[in-house]
Amino acid sequence: MKSYIMPQFLIERDDYRCIRCEVCVRQCAFDVHWYDEEEDTVFADESKCVGCLRCATLCPTNALVVRRNPTQIPENANWTMDTLHNIYKQAETGGVLLTGMGCDKDYPIYWDRIVLDASQVTNPSIDPLREPMELRTYLGAKPDALEMEREGKQAALKTRLAPQLRLETPIMFSAISYGAISYNACESLARAAAEMGTYYNTGEGGLHRNLYKYGANTIAQVASGRFGVHADYLDVAAALEIKIGQGAKPGIGGHLPGEKVSAEISRTRMIPEGTDALSPAPHHDIYSIEDLAQLIYALKETTHWEKPVSVKIAAVHNAAAIASGMVRAGADIIALDGIRGGTGAAPTMIRDNVGIPIELALAAVDDRLRMEGIRNRASIVVAGGIRSSSDVVKAIALGADAVYIGTAALVAMGCHVCQKCYTGKCNWGIATQDPYLSKRLNPEVGSRRLINLLQAWSHEIMEMLGGMGINAVESLRGNRLRLRGVGLKQEELDILSIKHAGE
Amino acid sequence: MLRGARFHDDKDYSACSIFGMMNVRGEKFNGESMIVAIANMKERSNGLGGGFAAYGIYPQYADLYCFHMMFDDQVARKEVEEYLEGYFSLEGSEVIPTRNTPGVDEPPILWRYFLQSRESVLDETEDVDDFVVQAVMHMNAAIDGAFVFSSGRNMGVFKGVGFPEDIGRFFRLEEYEGYQWTAHGRFPTNTQGWWGGAHPFNILDWSVVHNGEISSYGINLRYLEMYGYKCTLHTDTEVVAYAVDLLMRRHGLSVRTMSNVLAAPLWAEIDRMPPGDKVLHTALRQTYGSLLLNGPFSVIISNSRQMIGLTDRIRLRPLVAGRNGDVTYISSEEASMHLVDDTLEDTWIPHGGEPIVAELEEEYPAGKELGEGAEVKELFGSTDAV
Repeated sequence: MKSYIMPQFLIERDDYRCIRCEVCVRQCAFDVHWYDEEEDTVFADESKCVGCLRCATLCPTNALVVRRNPTQIPENANWTMDTLHNIYKQAETGGVLLTGMGCDKDYPIYWDRIVLDASQVTNPSIDPLREPMELRTYLGAKPDALEMEREGKQAALKTRLAPQLRLETPIMFSAISYGAISYNACESLARAAAEMGTYYNTGEGGLHRNLYKYGANTIAQVASGRFGVHADYLDVAAALEIKIGQGAKPGIGGHLPGEKVSAEISRTRMIPEGTDALSPAPHHDIYSIEDLAQLIYALKETTHWEKPVSVKIAAVHNAAAIASGMVRAGADIIALDGIRGGTGAAPTMIRDNVGIPIELALAAVDDRLRMEGIRNRASIVVAGGIRSSSDVVKAIALGADAVYIGTAALVAMGCHVCQKCYTGKCNWGIATQDPYLSKRLNPEVGSRRLINLLQAWSHEIMEMLGGMGINAVESLRGNRLRLRGVGLKQEELDILSIKHAGE
Repeated sequence: MLRGARFHDDKDYSACSIFGMMNVRGEKFNGESMIVAIANMKERSNGLGGGFAAYGIYPQYADLYCFHMMFDDQVARKEVEEYLEGYFSLEGSEVIPTRNTPGVDEPPILWRYFLQSRESVLDETEDVDDFVVQAVMHMNAAIDGAFVFSSGRNMGVFKGVGFPEDIGRFFRLEEYEGYQWTAHGRFPTNTQGWWGGAHPFNILDWSVVHNGEISSYGINLRYLEMYGYKCTLHTDTEVVAYAVDLLMRRHGLSVRTMSNVLAAPLWAEIDRMPPGDKVLHTALRQTYGSLLLNGPFSVIISNSRQMIGLTDRIRLRPLVAGRNGDVTYISSEEASMHLVDDTLEDTWIPHGGEPIVAELEEEYPAGKELGEGAEVKELFGSTDAV
């Protein structure tokens, strides 16, 4: 069947600059470029191009320009080129539309409608280069009050706190499974988390034995497929996370195609090589909140009450009520994943239309837990659409204890957000199991780039805190008075519980 | 409206002068030296607020709660009195005596009530103090034109719009005798001309005078709301008072431990502590991180037995302490202490986050006639009382 889909990108090659080195030919897993020896020319099949820019980035003479195909149907606000392409694709294949990464539609990005405060006159701003500035954060359940007792002449603590995770910067790496991404990408994340005193999350794909040494900085996920969940896996991690939902695909499960299930992944996930790894939509032992409580306590019991247990949900309409139930069910950490949250593969319609923006979910959950007087019983971690240090600061001021970054971490390692993770052909060596591709990501370099990113963001967070006259991150957490909305409706301001700028 | 202009800023922004003086043998002195001391720091205030707290001034009613109230009009007063009669037995009520003083304009109607909670109410309530707090919060939030600005026993707060020395004269404070006094001169930047907005802030026998702006106000407030406090005044001072009330009265923490919450040691310091202290301070910051007072402040927190001075942990606002025999002084500026006590020699500047504590000796119950022999007990640097 002739495809009616026109190339999304056009590739312009400057023949004068091109030195026929064939880097582009070797780098493109989608086989866009090929070299014709007889004509001594490099050609491109643009219909295969996904726009990942690997070729243009690595071209030693900058001979390549990849740009959007300007050919468009007659202007139409309702029927866009993307919409038509989707229909052509389905008419040609009869399948569900698949995509990768997070929702790319233009829903409001509230981070960009919120501005931060700074100190002037009545309150000195603090220079983080000269004064202490504390980002250390502890995740886990906090008691309502501390009880003390006398120990000789000293005051001593009587209350025993629930287990806590100590973060030196309030940023963690989001759950991305081994399978969705390469071993090298997993190792990069693990090493960066260890170096920075924070945590990365295994996702639902288990933990490769070689990475057990980073266990102290690992959050081990337990998802509906229970892939790779066994005693050692739970023991080695610093914390556990029950994954109920994911922002990119709330309400549905996951599917790792059999061709990605290599020998190593087979061993790690404890499934036969080459078989599809299917995560059911719900946990089949969790059909209600009391079932969740059972699993939380089963995990706590298994790990001798030494590790905090997080529960991750997709941000949906009733996130606040659900989160309240989760806290009462014993969750130490509530992880919220917004509509912008990424994925290795999701049905496009689900990714782009299900869930709510994380900013609103966060504000609602934090408010609800406070109204119920149980905010201290769990920490809140938000994920899905954190793009910069200022997003982190705004999230914390809205009420988050820490954030998860997924897409931003992948971008740090080279990802260009082409949204083709589900093909397994990631030219950047990240979302692939092809050894030829995955060796492109050197964990030494990958972890260095991640460490640099976290250091840069941490410095920026310190600058913003200092500007507000605050020298410890806990004084920003939930401090919504330091936020103002710009161009938001009253209803949005009410939900975010922030004032409009100028007020 | 006597309430004056109230702006809906996030909170009240002000800089100030503070002064505190306590005789730990419980010997009383009148308000004269307080007026003199606070007047000496005139340039730290701008005439938009001044006030005093005095402990031990109502010995004849020592067991009764004394509500100092301001009203916009007689309607508000009637409403309050009806409310009070429902829950309290009124043992006495009168207009708070004042004198006409230049610089103190348009005062509200000022009354005081001596009362105790009714037996019937007592039967149902576990804690009378909690009941009184609820009643005060209810009146301040729900009764329009009425405001309780003092609610302790054998103590009282006197405050209003004006320079503090004028407010002192207006309330005839030289006629009152107390063993502990604090004073406050205010320099608000948002010209809030409301009498209730002046300092000290008071709840039960806690009173707070405060200089500074708390950058963490937003989260301090939200944390306290979780424990049932309603912050009606939008001032940092109110937040300090409730935080102290929660930590010391309700959670039973010592002065020093409370100070370690409000002005917590840095993580770098905690990491160097011996294991026991490290566990304690880590738990304090983990649990009460939302009560860390961030930003510049110096504050005097008082109750009937203690006067506590504290600055923020990086010491962005001034605080000086002094001691002469039985009397401990805490002040924004040293000169004021010497002005009222020319034999004072022992003065010092506390470190950021380090509490200055003057405390009545055990054998001298607050509010009773006090004898000889008590001495200043500096908790700072000595045993930690839990």
